[in-house]
Amino acid sequence: MAGIYLHIPFCKSKCPYCNFFSVASLKSVNEFLGALYLEINSQKDYLDDQEVKTIYFGGGTPSLLKLSEINGILEKIRTVFSVGKAAEITLEANPDDITAEHLQEWLKAGINRLSIGIQSFNDADLKYLRRIHTGEQAERSIRLALDHGFSDLSVDFIYGIPTLSDRAFAFNLEKVVALKVPHISAYSLTIEPKTLMDVMIRKNQLPGPEEEQSVSQFLFLMQYLGSNNYEHYEISNFCLPGSYSKHNSSYWKGDHYLGLGPSAHSFNGVSRQWNISSINQYSGLIDAGKPHFETELLTPIQLYNEYVMVSLRTMWGAGLDHIQTAFGEGVASYFRSRATQHINNNEMHENAGLFRLTDKGKLFADKISSDLFLDND
Amino acid sequence: MKNIRNFCIIAHIDHGKSTLADRLLETTGAISERDYQNQVLDDMDLERERGITIKSHAIQMDYKQEGQDYVLNLIDTPGHVDFSYEVSRAIAACEGALLVVDATQGIQAQTISNLYLAIDHNLTIIPVLNKIDMDAAMIEEVKDQIVDLLGCDREEIIEASAKTGFGIDRILVEIVNKIPAPKGDPEAPLQALIFDSLYNSFRGVIAYFRIFNGSISKGDHVKFNATGMEYHADEVGILRLKQEPRNAVFTGDVGYIISGIKSSKEVQVGDTITHVGDPCKQAIEGFRPVKPMVFAGIYPTDADDYEELRNSLERLKLNDASLSFEPEASAALGFGFRCGFLGLLHMEIIQERLDREFDMNVINTVPNVSYKVFTNKGDVLDVYNPSGLPEPNYIEHIEEPYITANIITKAEYIGPIIKLCMDKRGTLKNQVYLTTDRIELTADIPLGEIVFDFYDKLKSISKGYASFDYHPIGYQNADLVKLDILLNGEIVDALSALITRNNAYEFGRKFCEKLKEFIPRQQYDVAIQAAIGAKIIARETVKAVRKDVTAKCYGGDITRKRKLLEKQKKGKKRMRQIGNVEVPQKAFLAVLKLDS
Repeated sequence: MAGIYLHIPFCKSKCPYCNFFSVASLKSVNEFLGALYLEINSQKDYLDDQEVKTIYFGGGTPSLLKLSEINGILEKIRTVFSVGKAAEITLEANPDDITAEHLQEWLKAGINRLSIGIQSFNDADLKYLRRIHTGEQAERSIRLALDHGFSDLSVDFIYGIPTLSDRAFAFNLEKVVALKVPHISAYSLTIEPKTLMDVMIRKNQLPGPEEEQSVSQFLFLMQYLGSNNYEHYEISNFCLPGSYSKHNSSYWKGDHYLGLGPSAHSFNGVSRQWNISSINQYSGLIDAGKPHFETELLTPIQLYNEYVMVSLRTMWGAGLDHIQTAFGEGVASYFRSRATQHINNNEMHENAGLFRLTDKGKLFADKISSDLFLDND
Repeated sequence: MKNIRNFCIIAHIDHGKSTLADRLLETTGAISERDYQNQVLDDMDLERERGITIKSHAIQMDYKQEGQDYVLNLIDTPGHVDFSYEVSRAIAACEGALLVVDATQGIQAQTISNLYLAIDHNLTIIPVLNKIDMDAAMIEEVKDQIVDLLGCDREEIIEASAKTGFGIDRILVEIVNKIPAPKGDPEAPLQALIFDSLYNSFRGVIAYFRIFNGSISKGDHVKFNATGMEYHADEVGILRLKQEPRNAVFTGDVGYIISGIKSSKEVQVGDTITHVGDPCKQAIEGFRPVKPMVFAGIYPTDADDYEELRNSLERLKLNDASLSFEPEASAALGFGFRCGFLGLLHMEIIQERLDREFDMNVINTVPNVSYKVFTNKGDVLDVYNPSGLPEPNYIEHIEEPYITANIITKAEYIGPIIKLCMDKRGTLKNQVYLTTDRIELTADIPLGEIVFDFYDKLKSISKGYASFDYHPIGYQNADLVKLDILLNGEIVDALSALITRNNAYEFGRKFCEKLKEFIPRQQYDVAIQAAIGAKIIARETVKAVRKDVTAKCYGGDITRKRKLLEKQKKGKKRMRQIGNVEVPQKAFLAVLKLDS
């Protein structure tokens, strides 16, 4: 079981809160594609001949790619890797790129899952976020995708936006629940350092998010989607039963994945590596046959820490058996004893050796996992 | 004896003392090449980095002039205010001193007070104007300052550059010609002054001395006057680049003695060595036991490291007799030690050495001075810990130590500096123009005010130009209260401070504000309160964190996130749990940064 992530580093315009690598110009698409093909060749052994069960076009804005380009990439991947017949192939798309024509093309290319960057149906929020679509476009794009048979559909929301009232947030959720969108990702607005939004907030040109609002909207999110039969399967991810993102779940379950394209990350069970975050340097290094990524070999402690950090975010939880098998009896008893105070604090609960966060714990996932970490030295 | 010259160098930090010493050693062939380190006299890393000679040393050079062989003993002096007693003992061991002034900087307060010490001891002063090769050198102006200060002729001032070697020959000539040879009676009973000591893990404590009368031979049965301890001289010798054993060391010379001394406490700077069988009539004047001036608690960050901290302090004390410590317990911090230091710099040095040489992670409490508390039963208590202050109804009155501060500054900064001294409850004593734009200011200030942030403030308001020196002048009445800090209602004894009543309100308010910056938000609201007795005088609140969770954790986020959380875990380990509040180490020193 393995996955492939493709980082398509192009956008029509840069969103001021986003810190993923992308450029707001299509002029280096060909340079990028040339290097991507070479990278696919050079990484053919990375997944050790495991069957590829998921492919994910992320970015950036992959919905900017032409049909021929998507086809070309998928074909190339299929010739180098063994891609499973029922593989989940996801494309991230912005509402302004979703047209009947594109949807048909994507289906033809084998894309069977769409993830639409809705963010909000409320134009004031979209303006705050400097998105280039409107709330109306957003709603239309969902209907269109469903009409064209993208039943495996995901939408992204952002909450905790200063312009987003509790009522408007509820309205956002009510709408997608009514449309029976099977998968919802909802992210608390996070001001990443050195983004344009960070700078603007520091200069008082833009109001920043309020913690209290994020908390109450997160609590409402959990409660509302829960009562509408959505499973809260990861801190920021909800779905109707069975409609998990297989690709994203693989990150949280420790599966291997290969990241292709500038800034993409890969994991093969023992090390993580990340590609250089520049189209020019990426293609230059690949052309020259030089390493275009940095690698970090993970120590057992780091592997444990990652397991704790990632698994606790999911509804599958952290398993004591797994910890014992993978890291030994000592680590398992350390974990159990550290977990006790969080259980007493009503931040975690344990069931048959599986440790999960309570709703209260989900508000403090970082602090709790850091507390359960082992020291590196 | 007539061919011996004993001298020291008086200079401000960074005025080139060590480089000059280096150059003298090189020119006389005491070191062939600069094979060891750039500056031979400073051999602790910390000293080199800070440019301060913390422990004084001595070194002997051979020098030939007009067919005569001379022995020159250079006795090094520590260059910071905290060590003025040690400086005075090194000066007492000399007949002459090089006064080294940086031509780009001019005379500084430290230089003046050490110069006065040297003049008091009747030392011959040879003025040296260093760094004359620098573009920024103000040769004529600084010469004016030196002439004003010494009353010497302009021509007597030696222009030099320790860096290039210019002027070194003339310095050597004048050391021989101007500094008198030692006087003393070779036949009289032994009388030798201890001016320094060194700990060696193989040989024990090695005492450095200067012989005023008589001589000392290997195997002699000697006595240290102040401690009353007796020893057999296992080894005596002179101090070259290394110690060189001799059968005997004679009147006027500088040397060392090894006699199996285990503890640095037994070798006190300023003590007199004499023979047991034929003791000198009088000890050398000027001895006083080392007295700590500043006190602070030092606690291991990890309570399990208490024994290790004790071992580390004991090892530090072996070569630094001026450090004192005793066990102390704090409700907030567990077991630790109340340490006594010569001054603030000394405190910092000890903290850094604990970190560097022993890898000890420690928490320091608010520093304070030692108060004399007169009880209404007629007792006098030395209180050097806030928790040691008796209940108010037992106190008749309290006295606090005062110092006289000498500050030299450019005239343009004099206003703010006077205000600083007044704010620190100082009394202005004198104000003298050294030159048209340099003023020497003298003020009496409670030492307790100096230990907070006096020095940093002085530096900042004078843009680094003012220099400062002090000496203790005894005790005066104080209206003192104990100010407590409470976190969520619990007194944090390690944050308690002894403070003048008039300053308590402002201090308490600022302290709470500062702590608010240092105490991270936690899962509960944290109330920070300042109180005198049961009366709350200030309050701040650190609002609770409502959430701590990353929104996105996908393939590309995992490494970065893990590293961030690992770092947080490390940071948390350095915190202390007080009640339900986690307090970072730096909060315990917040008091020192009240105005920054």
